[in-house]
Amino acid sequence: MNDMNPSGWRPGMGNAGDGAPASPTFTGNRGLQLEEALIFELGRMGGCGVDFDEEAPEPMATLGQHLRAAPVALPGLSEPEAVRHYTRLSRQNYAIDLGIFPLGSCTMKHNPRLDERVARMPGFADVHPLQPQETVRGALDVINQLAFWLVELTGMHGVAMTPKAGAHGELCGLLCIRAAHEAKGDAREVVLVPESAHGTNPATAAFAGYRVESIPGTADGRVDVTAFEARLGPDVAAVMITNPNTCGLFERDLRRIADAVHAAGAYVYCDGANFNAIVGKVRPGDLGVDAMHINLHKTFSTPHGGGGPGSGPVVLSEALSPFGPLPFTAKTADGMVHLVEEEDAQTMGHAQAFGRMAAFHGQMGMFTRALAYILSHGADGLRQVAEDAVLNANYVLRSLEDVLDAPFAASGPCMHEALFSDHGLAEGFSTLDVAKGLIDEGFHPMTVYFPLVVHGAMLVEPTETESKAGLDQFVGALRSLAERARSGDEALKTAPCLAPRRRLDETLAARKPRLAWKDEAG
Amino acid sequence: MRYLPLSDADRVDMLAVIGAGHVDELFADVPADVRLAGPIAGLPLHASEMAVERHMAKLSAKNMSAGSAPFFLGAGAYRHHVPASVDHLIQRGEFLTAYTPYQPEIAQGTLQVLFEFQTQVARLLGTDIANASMYDGSTACWEAIAMAGRITRRDAVLLSSGLHPHYAQTALTMAKFTGDKVNHTAPALSAKPDDAALIAAIGDDTSCVVVQYPDILGRIPDLAAIAEAAHARGALLVAVVTEPVALGLVESPGALGADIVVGEGQALGVGLQFGGPYLGLFGCREKFVRQMPGRLCGETVDAEGKRGFVLTLSTREQHIRREKATSNICTNAGLCALAFSIHMTLLGGEGLSRMARLSHARSRETAERLGKIAGVAILNTSWVNEFTAVLPVDARPVVRALADKGVLGGVSLGRLYPGEGALGRGLLVATSECTTREDIEALGSTLEEVLA
Repeated sequence: MNDMNPSGWRPGMGNAGDGAPASPTFTGNRGLQLEEALIFELGRMGGCGVDFDEEAPEPMATLGQHLRAAPVALPGLSEPEAVRHYTRLSRQNYAIDLGIFPLGSCTMKHNPRLDERVARMPGFADVHPLQPQETVRGALDVINQLAFWLVELTGMHGVAMTPKAGAHGELCGLLCIRAAHEAKGDAREVVLVPESAHGTNPATAAFAGYRVESIPGTADGRVDVTAFEARLGPDVAAVMITNPNTCGLFERDLRRIADAVHAAGAYVYCDGANFNAIVGKVRPGDLGVDAMHINLHKTFSTPHGGGGPGSGPVVLSEALSPFGPLPFTAKTADGMVHLVEEEDAQTMGHAQAFGRMAAFHGQMGMFTRALAYILSHGADGLRQVAEDAVLNANYVLRSLEDVLDAPFAASGPCMHEALFSDHGLAEGFSTLDVAKGLIDEGFHPMTVYFPLVVHGAMLVEPTETESKAGLDQFVGALRSLAERARSGDEALKTAPCLAPRRRLDETLAARKPRLAWKDEAG
Repeated sequence: MRYLPLSDADRVDMLAVIGAGHVDELFADVPADVRLAGPIAGLPLHASEMAVERHMAKLSAKNMSAGSAPFFLGAGAYRHHVPASVDHLIQRGEFLTAYTPYQPEIAQGTLQVLFEFQTQVARLLGTDIANASMYDGSTACWEAIAMAGRITRRDAVLLSSGLHPHYAQTALTMAKFTGDKVNHTAPALSAKPDDAALIAAIGDDTSCVVVQYPDILGRIPDLAAIAEAAHARGALLVAVVTEPVALGLVESPGALGADIVVGEGQALGVGLQFGGPYLGLFGCREKFVRQMPGRLCGETVDAEGKRGFVLTLSTREQHIRREKATSNICTNAGLCALAFSIHMTLLGGEGLSRMARLSHARSRETAERLGKIAGVAILNTSWVNEFTAVLPVDARPVVRALADKGVLGGVSLGRLYPGEGALGRGLLVATSECTTREDIEALGSTLEEVLA
């Protein structure tokens, strides 16, 4: 274990040495911690940081009534001002490039820079989605090659590449299921969702027109097979199950559930958010899954970008493949994978497609990155990814279970994430305090208060791209915080003290929403 | 493997801490009969950075990139010049490799950008407020329709014939499942959109009228008149902008009375990328804020009273409301929103106007050149930077023949409307400040050759 803090100084004690509070500065900056104004305060109307080759003549007379009276009221910054503005802002962000980002269920792993270079190749970055197909053969090859890998890695039959993100993929999968039932003239109304599910699952099912019923879990953190089986019936269209689940455990009985679901005429939707734990180790198709979205921005390392863009292709079983949206990619008799669009849907045996979910072909910029990532790892590397991700998570679990309550530690090894609860923290101390303390230690906190089935949940997903030394440092920090929260160290309640901001008033933000900048005068 | 830091010695040490003899013990919950014994057969093994780069470069080289040819495609995706600083800044690891700003104390960079972005978008669209972005224009359009249904509690949706057909198809797909009654027909090849017919179709059960501005054929509908008629029947006007640069020249939809304005933001900062990832813009009246989908960033203060930003009003969202959420959307298009915002910050309102005027001027020159070709007619009487040319023959083979001769000459309406024979001779032609006079002459002379 690294000795991280030999001086014994802690946040909340003030400056090291004299114990006095930091004196305010004229600028509000603190050395390299820089404050930054809004562009509306920095820039001036009429300013511009782009040069044009020539001035345009007056617009055509027939546009007269449509012309705007004045330019859009937005300030412009010169290039040096703009570069400085965004660079200074960037320094107020935590990021994977700075350290472990252990958000459970989010799979924040290293983003290889090769993938960025590849995505910017002109044949990918600078092609229009409606160019004649003869001029974009290489781009279609990328989609087909990625589709092939996704199908092989999951043991499924086809894949819909268009969904824009995981939740969009969930919708795609449920719409396939709905279309499949409707094709049989079988109107079903209910989707069963375990209570530990991601919030997107019930939201998606409701959006797709289903009534959601929640199924409780068992004491060991898994779905209750008996409860599922008991609820199955002619009104149930599908079950949505996350595997590995949000407690970080593998659903051992998924195959049995799937058999029962199929026997009842329903389908199994698997939330693939946690696929990183099992890629190359087991194929969801072998577990009876009918549809599963794959978050390319999780398992296949396309960058999260501060909240997107995501990409959520959906792999489908043979039963559901005919209903996938257009454009669609599927294996044909010759073993090849083909892209099917509206024009050839009939001739390509895809007449039952449920329709189109979005303009164009999907998140191409994410496909190129994901394909470069997959080719880099290969079949052997991806298997190692899952093994190292699971190894790292179990290492965190076993290194901390003596100071943090691990409610399912007795259920066996965890998969890619380790789950703790707030049980054992001193009266008045919460998960939030531990999380905010991590910020002062220079780490991004884990996922907190999710899954809902555990009180004060802390869900740690280190991913495979953390070194042992890095994990030891993180574990050391979390151990120290756990001990402080158990012993009731009041200083912890003021954390973070060292971040660009202290705790923010979220109640004020919601009560009086200020969602756009307004000139004080106006 | 270069992306995996653990050494074999580390793995042994860590297994000892865990109390396992072999990593397979950690996968004991996976039933033995489905556990894979080794790498999946038939798939290639790991590859060097150089080998992967070579493989991808070969695939890239099989495509004709827009920058390598005279280029005139639009129809919902536009090619404008993106300043070099935009791509540099979005590749800063603190932006690129950050997550959704759930811990605001260490995500003020992303949050302040979103606040600035929301303000820029609201002012561009002419709405009170805007959200932190949606997946793309087509999905934002559907979300606007769903939101209008929540507000008006009506379920009839009137799509203008000038709405991008992919957007219309997306709405029709969703409506099959929600039960909304969506009305859409393909446009007629007329010089002006038939606003009167649209207005006449508004009924007392109409939730919203969805109007693209400028429309798919480059024509400019009279939004103010449609807004007035919609409001008179208790319906909302949803305006759709697929080319935000056009708003540098023409009045913003919000100022003309639109209640919800959505758009595709790709034209600024994001690039073509073969269709994605793109950027959904979403603005509306402030009074509808609690019915809005997607993330919102708001201003607040921290414990020391310093200004700061947080994600707010999340009680609308799936992770809180679950099945009662306004939308199942979870991500936004964060990095694309950043690219858009940086580009917009460099341009300012003034630069956007100049860019729009220059794109418009090139478009007029292109129309003038094409209009000189025997049998070619320009449909529109007014437009911004995209118009419809009517050819003497089906435009689809013409577009392919142009590509064979190294010119990416536009989007044929036949591609967008398979089965609509009457539109087959239509060719959508878009320009931007990137279009050169040489490009225009190349399109003109090559089209003459192809039609001869």
